Amino acid sequence: MKLFKNARVIDPVQQIDQVMDIRVNGNQIFETGVNLVPNSQEEIIDLAGKILTTGFVDLHVHLREPGEEYKEDVESGARAAAAGGFTGICPMPNTKPVCDNDTITEMLVIKGQRTGLVNIYPVGAITKNQDGKELAEIGMMKKRGARALSDDGRDVMNSLVMRRALDYAKAFQMPVFAHCEDTALAGHGSMNEGYYSSKLGLGGIPKEAENIMVMRNIMLAGLTNGHMHISHMTTKEGLELIRQAKKEGHKVTCEVTPHHFSLTEAAVESYDTNYKVNPPLRTQKDIEVLIQGMAEGIVDVIATDHAPHDLEDKDKDFSNAAFGISGLETATALTMDILYHKHNISLMRIAEMLSSKPREILGLPEQKIASGNIADFTIIDPELSKKADKGKFYSKGKNTPFHGVTLKGWPVMTVFAGKIVMKDGEVIEQQ
Amino acid sequence: MFCAICVNQVGFLNPAFFYSIKSLGEVKILGIKSKDLLSINDISIAEIDEIMQNARSMKQIIQRDIKKVPTLRGKSVINLFYENSTRTRTSFELAGKYMGADVVNISASSSSVKKGESMRDTARTLDNMAADVIVMRHHESGSHKILAESVNARVINAGDGKHEHPTQALLDTFTILEHKKSLQGLKVAIIGDILHSRVARSDVLIFNKLGAEVWFCAPPTLMPSKAAELGAKITYNIEEALTDADVVIMLRIQLERQDSGFFPSIREYTNFFGLNTRNIKLAKEDCIIMHPGPMNRGIEISYEAAELPNAVISEQVNNGVAVRMALLYIMGGGRPSETV
Repeated sequence: MKLFKNARVIDPVQQIDQVMDIRVNGNQIFETGVNLVPNSQEEIIDLAGKILTTGFVDLHVHLREPGEEYKEDVESGARAAAAGGFTGICPMPNTKPVCDNDTITEMLVIKGQRTGLVNIYPVGAITKNQDGKELAEIGMMKKRGARALSDDGRDVMNSLVMRRALDYAKAFQMPVFAHCEDTALAGHGSMNEGYYSSKLGLGGIPKEAENIMVMRNIMLAGLTNGHMHISHMTTKEGLELIRQAKKEGHKVTCEVTPHHFSLTEAAVESYDTNYKVNPPLRTQKDIEVLIQGMAEGIVDVIATDHAPHDLEDKDKDFSNAAFGISGLETATALTMDILYHKHNISLMRIAEMLSSKPREILGLPEQKIASGNIADFTIIDPELSKKADKGKFYSKGKNTPFHGVTLKGWPVMTVFAGKIVMKDGEVIEQQ
Repeated sequence: MFCAICVNQVGFLNPAFFYSIKSLGEVKILGIKSKDLLSINDISIAEIDEIMQNARSMKQIIQRDIKKVPTLRGKSVINLFYENSTRTRTSFELAGKYMGADVVNISASSSSVKKGESMRDTARTLDNMAADVIVMRHHESGSHKILAESVNARVINAGDGKHEHPTQALLDTFTILEHKKSLQGLKVAIIGDILHSRVARSDVLIFNKLGAEVWFCAPPTLMPSKAAELGAKITYNIEEALTDADVVIMLRIQLERQDSGFFPSIREYTNFFGLNTRNIKLAKEDCIIMHPGPMNRGIEISYEAAELPNAVISEQVNNGVAVRMALLYIMGGGRPSETV
């Protein structure tokens, strides 16, 4: 038994925001209450001044396994997740080979279980080999633990195929995650098209390349009544399209990454390839609208798009460097620093975006801070200020633009299935 | 009242047929009001009932050693098939021949159609040869309307594109009624490629007319987008479709549908939408299993499931001939106006 005392509990499912104690027995919450009396055998964890929420779930990570284990693998990714306060992660299927079948899906789930650090909810490919042509074996993947579908890294450009995917996925209650990018229009750009791309002489990716596909995908959701989830949304126009789609009752949800609500294209002026990401960093105006959308509830989810790379792929000129940011270990701190401290977005809203909403999108059972529920907790010290340090990353990907940046509000403990798997930034191995 | 068997044939009796009249009793026909049978919507419940009654008598005829009766002697039936067919064409051909009609088969691949003649012109040519009934199958939905408007002969739809296949629906109904007292309140699950199925579209009409509760089950990609508005309950889960079903109709999955991207693989289709000896247990114990054929054993229906004692798939074929004999009898025996 463990007794977590005096935490400020944020439970977005029950809409609880109150200081209380939680007694955990095995992997489950045994009881909750104010001033629970400790018994002699149990471990007491005092969380005064800390925030405790249901465990965070990240809808969008790249674990690189199978195929590119030198960049990341299930184990290192699981450690990074635990360090970042996540108890569930959704690896994207753009591995080598592509996760477009039940065998790889099952392998990821089992390897995740073996770490004892995190739940892995694989995202299966929409189409075989992510070629955008033939549907992958969606039902078979669902049977082995896939919770969502995506051809992440590219969009399904053929609208008929996307329509079929949305239709077909309904039979298995799976959402389709769309990486919205008109590939021809995006071309070989490496940053947002605008003043900075003009000035820096770098190929631009117009935001219309994203907006056009957001609109198409929303329309296909309307046609099919399928669940369309827009991955890593970055533009103010996209947000307005989502707002409208929700008003019309379409099954459309969306996510925003921490780097897209914290950085603008101006950062690329350094030519630092850690700022190279797809979709690209946009403008201050976009950030303002996205944050407004998060406050209002138009944005459903914060997801990291954790994209670890080895040094070689990033240590190149800007145009030839790989896209992506290693984000699992800074996401919670960026959310707390920027959304909670600087923009006064409520902890309830933050917990929704990081815990209850992603679970709902994946079709997972609700998780509550209540007796009988699985004890998955993310515990945050909202006042802790420290510098992000890539040297301490558990992820193999050290590609972060936030190294050395002081952020306020860090995850200080992760509890996964009743076990403390991270404490003060240190991952506690479970194997 | 008009009795074709009694009135028309008295002068031409052979011993076998004489026997048949006696054993059948007096078969009355009221006729079918509509000139043509293009859709289940062309016939009333009373007319369906009449077809069923007549088909029962016809079934007795085809169970005999000598199956030919001269009822439709002097009548001509033309099978005009724009699409390949073994089962339906042969069924109509034998039905016509058992009834004594002259039956001519025309297939699109070996006729003036191949020379570029329009359907309307082909139809008129046949009409001018004094055809009494034209049975047509065509790959385009709605083509029968053109035919029916162009000819004096009565037209029977033997399948038009993805639209209707009313004689299959009639033989399905006949088969169900051989096992159930009526269709009233029965749960009928139609499972498979609903999108491209003319059988499903005719079946749902006739079963609804007769009071059954019809379920469509398919992957969403093989379901018409407004299927519920056709009068069926919709599910993408075969277990839900099978639960407590009285009748299960499995539809053929055309293998080329996978290449067109409607579903990921045969393996997945079979796994989630195939009937097998395990999931059939969800249906009622006396549930009958049907299939319009031809079957893909091991795909939409497992080998064992197709061989279960309550699988009535070969009965359907047999009943198909009887139902078509009844239809040709009713429709070929003269126009409703002439039958008074």
